Amino acid sequence: MIRGKSAIACGVLASIHGLALVANFAAPYSFAAQQREFAWAPPTSVHWLDRHGHFHWRPFVYGTNGADESRMYPLRFFVRGASYRFAGLFPSSRHLFGVDAPGVLFLLGTDGFGRDQFSRLLAGSRISLTAGWLAAILSLALGTVLGGMAGYYGGWLDDLIMRMSEISLALPWLYLLLAGRAFLPLDAPSSMAYLILISVVGILGWARPARLIRGLALSLRERGYVLAARTFGASGPYLLRTHILPDAAPVLLTQMALLAPQYIMAEVTLSFLGLGIDEPVPSWGNMLAGVQHYHVLTSSWWMLLPGIAPAVVALCCFTIADALAGRRGVVPL
Amino acid sequence: MNSPLAHRVSAKAPVKLFLRSSVVVFLALGCVVYRVPAEEYLVTSGAPGKYGGDLVVAERSEPKTLNPVMAVENVSREVIGLLMADLIHINRYSQQTEPALARSVDVSSDGRRYVVHLRQGVKFSDGYPFSAEDVLFTFQVYLDPKVDAPQRDLLTIAGKPVLVRKVDSDTVLFEFAQPYGPGERVFDSVYILPRHLLLRPYTEGKLNDSWDLKVAPAAIAGLGPFRFREYVPGQRLVLERNPYYWKQDARGQRLPYVNKVILEYTGSEDAEVLRFENGGADVVSRLSARNFDALAQRRNPSEILIDAGPSLEYNFLFFNLNDLSTKNLRHIESKQAWFRDVRFRQAISSAIDREAIVRLVYAGRATAIWSQVTPGSKLWRSANVVSSPRSVGKARTLLASAGFSWNQAHKLIDSSGRPVEFSIITPVNNSERVQMLTVIQQDLEEIGIDVHIVTLELRTMLSRITTTLDYDACLIGLATGDADPGSEMSLWPSGASAHFWEVRPTAPPPLWQIEIDRLMTAQMSSNDPRERKRLYDRVQELVAVNLPIIPVVSPDVLAGSKAGLRNFKPAVLLPYVLWNADELFWGARQ
Repeated sequence: MIRGKSAIACGVLASIHGLALVANFAAPYSFAAQQREFAWAPPTSVHWLDRHGHFHWRPFVYGTNGADESRMYPLRFFVRGASYRFAGLFPSSRHLFGVDAPGVLFLLGTDGFGRDQFSRLLAGSRISLTAGWLAAILSLALGTVLGGMAGYYGGWLDDLIMRMSEISLALPWLYLLLAGRAFLPLDAPSSMAYLILISVVGILGWARPARLIRGLALSLRERGYVLAARTFGASGPYLLRTHILPDAAPVLLTQMALLAPQYIMAEVTLSFLGLGIDEPVPSWGNMLAGVQHYHVLTSSWWMLLPGIAPAVVALCCFTIADALAGRRGVVPL
Repeated sequence: MNSPLAHRVSAKAPVKLFLRSSVVVFLALGCVVYRVPAEEYLVTSGAPGKYGGDLVVAERSEPKTLNPVMAVENVSREVIGLLMADLIHINRYSQQTEPALARSVDVSSDGRRYVVHLRQGVKFSDGYPFSAEDVLFTFQVYLDPKVDAPQRDLLTIAGKPVLVRKVDSDTVLFEFAQPYGPGERVFDSVYILPRHLLLRPYTEGKLNDSWDLKVAPAAIAGLGPFRFREYVPGQRLVLERNPYYWKQDARGQRLPYVNKVILEYTGSEDAEVLRFENGGADVVSRLSARNFDALAQRRNPSEILIDAGPSLEYNFLFFNLNDLSTKNLRHIESKQAWFRDVRFRQAISSAIDREAIVRLVYAGRATAIWSQVTPGSKLWRSANVVSSPRSVGKARTLLASAGFSWNQAHKLIDSSGRPVEFSIITPVNNSERVQMLTVIQQDLEEIGIDVHIVTLELRTMLSRITTTLDYDACLIGLATGDADPGSEMSLWPSGASAHFWEVRPTAPPPLWQIEIDRLMTAQMSSNDPRERKRLYDRVQELVAVNLPIIPVVSPDVLAGSKAGLRNFKPAVLLPYVLWNADELFWGARQ
């Protein structure tokens, strides 16, 4: 049973992933749409009370992003807007909410090109979450297989895999990524090039989980039921598949909950260094990359808001990892 | 013994008297044997200042070397410019030449011979006298093919290196193979080397390894306003006042005024700005427009921010027009039919909203350009190149006339029905160029072209445009060191080293390229400034019409200093702010 804080964390995570799935529908604008006259616009104020003090049941915004109080634009649901594919499948032009043109609704303000930050945050969640989970799965899968083999078989195989893990940990991964980016074909779609890079990051991250799983396998292979099965002639792969790895499942789940936010933050780091996904596709990382500039920090506070998203996801994941570890008596590493 | 004088006489008096007499006799003999020339100062026109204080300058990257023979990048050359001096110097503010170590220059009527009269009594920063021998040695080094100095190309006219001869101890003759259009500008930044320190490394073949950043202060000397004192890797480089400097102000005070110039390395422009804002730096330059505005909004009375206007830097887009027949790059060759059609390039130029780039990327502190010569060039900008505002309609008409059309999804397709899409590469570390491309990407989408922006590490990008030629299009910026078109000889003629869009020229070259080659060669060998202007105007017109490059925007030079710094005059020529470091002084600090 998942209870208390971990239940809330699961609910929040599920909501964020659900929003990511229908990001184009939930966002009022296309993530790439530039409304250049609204560059660096602060978040739009949504009102219930007008300038005369009259209450309106339907919330509204003022014209020209709040500058023109003579014109009011009520919020509407299921408005028509930019075309997209709902959940990546069905063509649609309906958006969950919005205002009629020429009114504008920028819940989190705009960037330097007048692109809606809220729409970009939702669209960016797809890239960032996919990157995080993909890298975590790759690194954990590779780490589990190699670590399990090293721990169970021991001997020269153990030595070989552990030395490989040490080399892997010592590799300057940033240079590898720079080299990898340089060799990718230029006409490769940006998202594809980026997913290749993040896969490289995931694959390069196998060493730490492998060392953890090796330790577990070393311990589990001496358990009575494993020794008994081996006495009856069970093969190594069979023992790994049916006894050792299933027993390591709670640790693997905990590791997954820990690794995913780490890789989401790695995406932020990559984008900060300019190795992230290319314009105009947003990710949490490339949205935050702009914050490194002095003028953004001092003049456009709303550009910091996308930083909340990876922080919330990381918090939820760590809460779940903590709960999983607590239930199994496993200390998260 | 009772006289007052008797009280001053002691046992040591005869010794002192002897020493004094010896000095007088020695000096008298010296005047007969060797006449020490009086120092011929150059009197500057800047406001006279007062001595004292240090100047802390925030810099984002460190120099690679202090060796003028090896320095190719601007950061190293900026530091070397503070340590060394040239015979004739281009005033970065007026863009005109002025005498430096040369007291005067006589030019022959055919423009081939320059008799340079050296300033007398000048000393290097270690106190060693400067003479014509140093000039001969310097040019011997720069022209030596084994040394492979970047200055060698500049000093080689019509394939022949300049001939240098000593006329007497203070006069040197320079002879060019043919008249040289830029004239005495060729001597700018050709820094005079100290023969007494570098002759030995040169003869031993170790000159290129000399004067790296680990050099001992005593082992390096120059004729610049400052001398090397200390380098702390990753942190700072400290220069101290050269006590033998050969300039003085109108009051007869020897320059420079400040005791030390401390170059503090921050790693990024934003860190540079923060240091300036916190009082950790006195001078900051190459500010981005957004950071400049953010500083301006704070209205800190202890800071002065200066927009020196359009620089000579021009950012431009170019397509891969190389001959790729020997390369296995079919995917690019297939697109070159588009790129080579001048109507396609004109359509792209017409579709780009330069004013939006000026507004969005540069906050208005830049100028839209349609020619390689920016408004920052006071003498060479052609009035015949007209600006043509963005016109999507014109772009569509041009594309239609070139055989392109649009499919049902409003995407541009060529005559074979193939969708028109290409990638544009740009350096990853230049956020303004990435932003420019984001605007261009949206602009071109309006005419149905899908553009992929690819950011690459700088060396990887340069390798693609100069060696592998594996790219569709590229957006870069160039800042020439001089406004004179002579500095563009490495760019415009076919086969020039920076002829990026066509490193491997096609045969036969287009007629307009042949015309540009002829015009550039002609302006280089003309003595008549008006004729040179006319010829270079025509080059600008040909570039604006045929668009081998698509000029986009020229950013302003933006800099800041603490309010007490006097004579601070940012210029549009590199180096933007420290070009007159010898004249900078502290008034009352706020």
